[in-house]
Amino acid sequence: MLEAILSGLNGLVAGFTNLHWSNPIMIIVGLILLYLGIKKDFEPLLLVPIGFGCILVNIPLAGLMEEGGFLKIIYDAGVITEVFPLLIFVGIGAMTDFGPLLENPKIFLLGAAGQFGIFLTLALALVLGFKQLEAVSIGIIGACDGPTAIYVTSQYAPHLLGAVSVAAYSYMSLVPVFQPPIMRWLTTKEERKINMGVVRKSASKTTKIIFPLVVTVIGGLIAPKGLPLLGTIMLGNLMKECGVVSRLTKASENEIANIVTLLLGISIGATMDGRVFLKYQTLIILALGFLAICLDTACGVLFGKLMKILTGGKINPLIGAAGISAYPMSARVVQKEGQRYNPKNYLLMHAMGANTGGQVGSVMAAAVMLSILKGMGVI
Amino acid sequence: MDNWTFGITMVVVGMGGTLLTLWILSLCMSALKKIFPYKKEEGN
Repeated sequence: MLEAILSGLNGLVAGFTNLHWSNPIMIIVGLILLYLGIKKDFEPLLLVPIGFGCILVNIPLAGLMEEGGFLKIIYDAGVITEVFPLLIFVGIGAMTDFGPLLENPKIFLLGAAGQFGIFLTLALALVLGFKQLEAVSIGIIGACDGPTAIYVTSQYAPHLLGAVSVAAYSYMSLVPVFQPPIMRWLTTKEERKINMGVVRKSASKTTKIIFPLVVTVIGGLIAPKGLPLLGTIMLGNLMKECGVVSRLTKASENEIANIVTLLLGISIGATMDGRVFLKYQTLIILALGFLAICLDTACGVLFGKLMKILTGGKINPLIGAAGISAYPMSARVVQKEGQRYNPKNYLLMHAMGANTGGQVGSVMAAAVMLSILKGMGVI
Repeated sequence: MDNWTFGITMVVVGMGGTLLTLWILSLCMSALKKIFPYKKEEGN
């Protein structure tokens, strides 16, 4: 009798006795993510489910990420199969207005320059001893685009998924903090004052409808391995621009995006088991991810300076900083920074053009990267 | 493939490929705007 009572009591304390030293630390990490999301409003839609998922998975014996566990089922169904990031891309496409980019197509190039940090960080990760596909996944943090980072990492380095996705999403929300010093450091006061004038509406409805089709076909032919990414974002945009499937567009940008964001967030959090996550390697990944996004900003601004020279001073190099995928945060940062030095300056729409270029650019960079890997026989 | 070759290839072809692709797309966009010019009535 006493033995049965003791066994019963033992069952109630088993959670405590099986606690690994890393679990309490990760529960605190989860709480910090929740704090950043709830109190500081840093990407709350993702940091709240990620933080909660992180807490859940660090409570021992619940078996949430073991075979049959509910988080494992969600993870296998949506992350391993890559369905979640792709569904989110349909929503992103449906929410994005490529109008400002279509008004000034040459700004598209800034969206390419804003991805150079991906490749430079990849090289640095190799130098630091990461394996080739791990380096690819670390570099992709520089896409500043959570779904792209998850898509690539879940395929080629799933053991790094927690660190990579947390880095991608948290750095995205820190864009207003780290971009301005880089922008000021790389530009002169005179450059920051350049007024680019007003963006005039010049793209027809037909152009806007054909644009996603052209990007899908040409981008897909150049980098077929990235077609799922490119195709889904462009499908969302086509639905938005054609205007005849408003129910699907609304569902993509609201219900589908919301449900998938919740499931994606909680399953990403579930990869943050302390025994796997708390490693020296994770800190290096977080540092490299930060470097990648800083390099993106620097390359974008430097390319903006080059375009300024080539266009005879018509381009304000600050808009190069918006050539990343953090939409629309980085465009707002550019607007704020431009007005700080010239109150009459209105760079927002130009920066929005570069920013949407950065969105396509980040997807294209990932697609190009995957196709090169395929071409080299690495994947 | 050794890391050195892999890294250099990824940096050169990756950056060049992304830039080239977006440049081609920007040309397509400019061509689209010329083929289907904006008419003022669309704004109304």
